[in-house]
Amino acid sequence: MNPRLTRQQLLRRGAAGATLLSLPSLLAACGGGGGGGDAGGGELKDVLNFSNWELYIDTAQTRKAAGLTGPTTLEQFTTESKIKVNYYEDVISNSEYFATVQGRLRQGQGVDRDIIVSTDNDRFLGEYLTNGWALKLDKDLIPNITNLIDAQASPPFDPNREYTLPWFSGMDGIAWNEELTGPITTVTQLLEDPKLNGKVGVWNSMGDTLGLVMLENGDDPAKVTDESFDRALAVIQKAQDAGQIRRFYGNDYAQPLATGDLAASMAWSGDILNLGDPKVKWGIAEKGGIIWTDNMLIPLGGSVPTASTYMNFVYDPTIAAQLSLGANYISSTKGVKDEASKLNPDASANTLAFPTDEMLSQMHQNDPAMFSNPDYEKRWLAVQGK
Amino acid sequence: MGSFFHRHKGVTPYLLLAPGILWLAIFFLIPLAFLGYQSLQSGLFPDFQFTWEFSNFSNAIRDYHEQFARSFVYAGIATIACLVLAYPLVYWIAFRAGPWRNLFLLFIVAPFFVTYLVRTLAWLNILADEGPVVGVLRDLHVLGPDGRLLATTFAVVSGITYNFFPFMALPIYVSLEQIDPRLLEAAKDLYASSTQAFLRVTLPLSAPGIVAGTLLTFIPAAGDFINAALLGTPSQAMIGNVIQAKFLESLDYPSAASLSFLLMGSILVALLIYARIVGSERLTG
Repeated sequence: MNPRLTRQQLLRRGAAGATLLSLPSLLAACGGGGGGGDAGGGELKDVLNFSNWELYIDTAQTRKAAGLTGPTTLEQFTTESKIKVNYYEDVISNSEYFATVQGRLRQGQGVDRDIIVSTDNDRFLGEYLTNGWALKLDKDLIPNITNLIDAQASPPFDPNREYTLPWFSGMDGIAWNEELTGPITTVTQLLEDPKLNGKVGVWNSMGDTLGLVMLENGDDPAKVTDESFDRALAVIQKAQDAGQIRRFYGNDYAQPLATGDLAASMAWSGDILNLGDPKVKWGIAEKGGIIWTDNMLIPLGGSVPTASTYMNFVYDPTIAAQLSLGANYISSTKGVKDEASKLNPDASANTLAFPTDEMLSQMHQNDPAMFSNPDYEKRWLAVQGK
Repeated sequence: MGSFFHRHKGVTPYLLLAPGILWLAIFFLIPLAFLGYQSLQSGLFPDFQFTWEFSNFSNAIRDYHEQFARSFVYAGIATIACLVLAYPLVYWIAFRAGPWRNLFLLFIVAPFFVTYLVRTLAWLNILADEGPVVGVLRDLHVLGPDGRLLATTFAVVSGITYNFFPFMALPIYVSLEQIDPRLLEAAKDLYASSTQAFLRVTLPLSAPGIVAGTLLTFIPAAGDFINAALLGTPSQAMIGNVIQAKFLESLDYPSAASLSFLLMGSILVALLIYARIVGSERLTG
């Protein structure tokens, strides 16, 4: 096995002629074997390559809608630091993004990105970290890290916040179309009310969907046991068998809710606000919700100083407030609500971006151990017919 | 140079074949060998070991025979539907449309200037529960008051039929268009009725197009996953959906690779049976 066949070696072998290309070693290079590698550098660059989800940052339009004036935060960063940002909205799902970059990361190569984001209630963030595919942050360049809220200071996947920092958090709740149904306030109602049969959406991500069901069952989603997993899965299986569930959705449930294909669905807080359809309502389920966080990390090959400079910038409360107002998601920066109120007096009414303490007290986190259990994963896919 | 080819006449065909063979080797055989190698691995991501893990194959059949069967049934129905819809249409275009032929062909191909995904997403709107089609069908009592089209087997098979339609229509058109009309005149002169002329002259002459069209439709349709993912429910999951989930969600590359191999193998078997039925000379044109 030669897991670290480099590109140069590969080219050299290619030049030796396709007929001489040694198949076994090529297979070995493409296949198994881990291997970290310390590609990527310590130099400050004048360009930052940043991969993020769609609709996840302030733009000219969203700033206007949020009552903000002036240039976007990306423009402000470039003016202040002279670093140009190539901002790619190419994260469509955690799994698909991981699939596109893992091949190069496994060879110890960079992926032409300085910052990527990955959600903590999915298995892939853990994969980046445990395989050594994330580079350490340069905390000397991030003095604003002191603004990180205490609740986020030591997550189980990165106890000292050496590799990751939160971008945004969001809440799992239930959305419904007011023209088709009254308020849906419990998961049981969502999954059992015969009036909703065939018009209910749930997520295809295990942590979110089973997390809400576990709360409804009175189980703790932050500490999953085989029994609590079985109980939650059985509830979904039953609803699936009864034809209650129409489909398992990624982030594409908002449109069907608006058109009426779905009467109600499990839904992320910001998506419904961004949909901007007054007949689609969102609420936290009576037994509580799940809070998740998208984390920024520097993949192999990324420029640590450049990425760290940017992370410091977004942890300035005035910048964090603009980001939150512009994207309708929750910041992990201390004092962000006060700053937002200075920018727009109505800001604190936006409880999806600035949830009240009462809302936050209803939120729970997923158990990271659940995502690395292959048996759970397999059974979760089986419920979806896969 | 010229004298080289003159002296080694036998070499020329091989030199001309070389780019194609090299292409096949690099972009087909090597990935295939890699997939085969991966299908016999075991372990968890990213530490897979090559262990001749043949149980990947037996497990795949044990766990997913239902999705395999469904894929072949859906692809089969869609292929037949394509044939039944396409044949009269392209027959009319080839023999009756006269100067408008190219325009009508353009109509068949035009939707395919739009990407596959967007075309399928369009059906989400067309078949929506509160959309025009379902509304009309409910008014006509074809569908019950709560009836729907989306998220049903009908929607998935229709989506596949729609998406692969030109692959059926165009080869049949080409074979019909090449038919010498004098052959049909001769059939009439020999007292054949229109039906007899069609069955004994037109249909056999268009058979290569039908065979090519069914293959071009059935093979990709059996591996399709977009239609089932967007227009179906878990009860309509096809084998392509399983492979996608194994690769992307579970990072279980060995299972995914063995499923891909099984899909390839079963399509090959289906193809061989088909070849026996229709005669292999028609498969090769």
